[in-house]
Amino acid sequence: MKQRSRILRKSFNYLASGVAGFSAALGLMVLGWILITVLSKGLAAYNTNFFSRLPTPPGMAGGGLANAILGTLLLTVLAGLMGIPLGLLAGIYLSEFGLNRRFAQSVRFLTNILMGTPSIIIGIFVYTFLVAPLGHFSAYSGAVALAIMMLPVVARTTEDMLQMVPKELRESALALGAPRWRTTLQVIFRSAKSGLLTGVLLAVARVSGETAPLLFTALNSPYWPSGLNQPVANLTVTIFNYAMSPYPDWQRMAWGASLLITLSVLALMLVSRLALIERKVKP
Amino acid sequence: MKIFQEESTQNRSDAVFKLITLTGAVILLLIIVALFVQLIKSSGLSLKTFGWSFLWSNVWDPIRQQFGAASSIYGTLVSTAIAMMLAVPLSIFIAMFLVELAPPVFSRWIGTGIELLAAMPSIIYGMWGLFVFAPFMAKYIQPFLKNIFGNSVLFQGPPIGIGMLTAGIILTFMILPFITAVTRDVFAMVPAVVKESAYGLGATTWEVTRKVTVRYGIRGIIGGAFLGLGRAIGETMAVTFVIGNSHRIVASLFAPANSITATLANEFAEASEPLYLSALIELGLVLFVITFLIQAGAHIWLQRVRKSVGVQ
Amino acid sequence: MTEKVSNMWSGRLSVARNAHSDSDRARPPEKENEFSGKGHIVVRNLNFFYGDHQALFDNNLEIVPKKVTAIIGPSGCGKSTHLRVYNRIYELYRDQRVEGQVLLDGLDILAADQDLIKLRKKVGMIFQKPTPFPMSVFDNVAYGLRLHYRAGKDELHARVQKALEQAALWNEVKDKLYKAGTALSGGQQQRLCIARALAVEPEILLMDEPTSAIDPVATAKIEDLIARLRGRYTIVIVTHNMQQAARVSDFTAFFYKGRIVEYGATQELFTRPKEKQTENYITGRFG
Repeated sequence: MKQRSRILRKSFNYLASGVAGFSAALGLMVLGWILITVLSKGLAAYNTNFFSRLPTPPGMAGGGLANAILGTLLLTVLAGLMGIPLGLLAGIYLSEFGLNRRFAQSVRFLTNILMGTPSIIIGIFVYTFLVAPLGHFSAYSGAVALAIMMLPVVARTTEDMLQMVPKELRESALALGAPRWRTTLQVIFRSAKSGLLTGVLLAVARVSGETAPLLFTALNSPYWPSGLNQPVANLTVTIFNYAMSPYPDWQRMAWGASLLITLSVLALMLVSRLALIERKVKP
Repeated sequence: MKIFQEESTQNRSDAVFKLITLTGAVILLLIIVALFVQLIKSSGLSLKTFGWSFLWSNVWDPIRQQFGAASSIYGTLVSTAIAMMLAVPLSIFIAMFLVELAPPVFSRWIGTGIELLAAMPSIIYGMWGLFVFAPFMAKYIQPFLKNIFGNSVLFQGPPIGIGMLTAGIILTFMILPFITAVTRDVFAMVPAVVKESAYGLGATTWEVTRKVTVRYGIRGIIGGAFLGLGRAIGETMAVTFVIGNSHRIVASLFAPANSITATLANEFAEASEPLYLSALIELGLVLFVITFLIQAGAHIWLQRVRKSVGVQ
Repeated sequence: MTEKVSNMWSGRLSVARNAHSDSDRARPPEKENEFSGKGHIVVRNLNFFYGDHQALFDNNLEIVPKKVTAIIGPSGCGKSTHLRVYNRIYELYRDQRVEGQVLLDGLDILAADQDLIKLRKKVGMIFQKPTPFPMSVFDNVAYGLRLHYRAGKDELHARVQKALEQAALWNEVKDKLYKAGTALSGGQQQRLCIARALAVEPEILLMDEPTSAIDPVATAKIEDLIARLRGRYTIVIVTHNMQQAARVSDFTAFFYKGRIVEYGATQELFTRPKEKQTENYITGRFG
């Protein structure tokens, strides 16, 4: 048999290793490029007006996105109030009561489906039953859309975190005669606390940057938030509208909003990471 | 007696607790079912008007109220295909770098970078894509490709930056972190003794990776690919910004195109006629069915993996 | 004590080798049979470190070609660590390093310019757990062949068959050559790994506790196999099972806490150990 050239094999190995290093560098480069772009263009939009004033028509100076910032906060909080408790409940059910039964398995499967459903579809869904029949866009329909997106994420992470609690802990609480709800809330929850928090923070982070679900529900508005029944200004749809517009000062504001969104998502990620680390350090 | 009384109270409170948590699960279930039902209901008009030909008709004319999903479906499929063809090999190389080649400190930082990329909201990708990357494509990459493949039908037309190829590449960057995270975990889980056996026979790192590591973890890698696929198909904002929003089906990758999500994002707010709206919702239904099938496929795949490998 | 033993052997075998080795190194490596084909290992002043922690202390040893040498000792004494120096597999791990010399047929395999592919072709390794690759039986055995050679189908098939016959596995797998390697029993899988190693025609076989994860019947088959391979290959086997060492080996080295306490002919070491520690270990007083 002819021997295969060792030099060739080694060169090929070097080549492949080079491609591997290059690929990793490429990924990092893209990340850096995006971050630097958002940072530089976003900072250029920042002044006190940005954070305190309402938007002005294009060309007029002194406008800001204060209403959108408020609106996004409002929507996120509302969505959280609806989505987080329901998600926790569903997660508790799956972890504590639904070990292998058909019903629980289908719920798990459908949770994954919901998680993988494009966010714009969820927006359309909420449009068809909360916007169209009532004839107008509203803040609460936007919050509902965001809540639907949070629900499966919270449910899944809750189930995972609760399952990670060692069964001995569960069993010793039950053996003392504690009812299920006490065991779950007082013992298991407490030990899974940081994991649960991480799951919630991740869901919030994910939802705060979403645009598509709000496009046809909360829409957008140039005014201060004025009640849940009205469309409400928010950062993401503003970015969409302003970016597609031909006005440079609006585009600049879009970058400012983008930076804000990026920073808050990164901050939420950081906090959720720290929560997990704290858990690992504790004995 | 008191003991029995306490027991039954306990059982009752447990039953109530179970019921309350069950509510959360049931609501979850209802939402999905309602979603499917609503989509079908609201696309009823379009379903009746166009029937199955909606799926392959290339006409999208709001003025004459004639709608066909072909151009949107085509754009979704092609941009996703580009993303998968680029992201999967890239993820294997990056995983090889992270697991086999890089010093652990490096590896950890790059791992964090991957998570950051994954966490970026898609509208940020859209902004960067539209204002920074598309011009870059127009100025450097597209002319470069034209120089090399000049006469290919894939690269016809002016290098305007936005278009199918740019959308596909941005999608690549968006799904890359997800697929890479899975591939990296898969590579790391191949037992050291298996890799050592391959090295022990005189293989180079690339040979071990290609012939043993990837084969060993192929199932997990495919699972990760499914994950990326699902995301790419449903991606809205990044694609909307850069795909060009044109309802013509053209072979050239430089040409503007459309995807289901971009069509929806751009035209939904404008659709005032009931048929137009219904057609758009039917598009949404098509997308939902596609993502459902992919998810179901991934689920079945993973179940089969778990069964064949046993408890790993 | 160990020095005395290794000097005894050195006197007879190594001197000529050492004289050879300098001129060997002067020649640029090009021919396949760079190692002169005896399978003779000389270890000189070997020290091994896991980061800051030292695991092997001044090992000096000489492995007799074409014989079976066993390395025994309590767990954690450095047996596997020592073995893994012979094919430099430890280099996969960043914080593991080595000082000293290991001469294989006169060439220092620890030298920076040593070609690892060539080394690992000559020195095969079998691990504690059977490690069949996720491919068919045939592809498993052919893996090494395909790496190093360009072979036609018939020749490949012939080599694979030969290797499986040598590993006493051919009759059991000849009808399932294209079934998955993982579908074999534990003992068969380990013999598959042996066939895979034999296929590339090494001179030295390193076995790191090859039967510790295998049932007794399969173990007996593998010990049989080792007896049959002796004379054609130099075999170094690490084992925590003293009876196994006594059954299969010609020479035995006793390791304790990273040092070679005693080394000699197996019969001698087990019946008339020279060191107290060796005696204590053999009689089961520790380890």
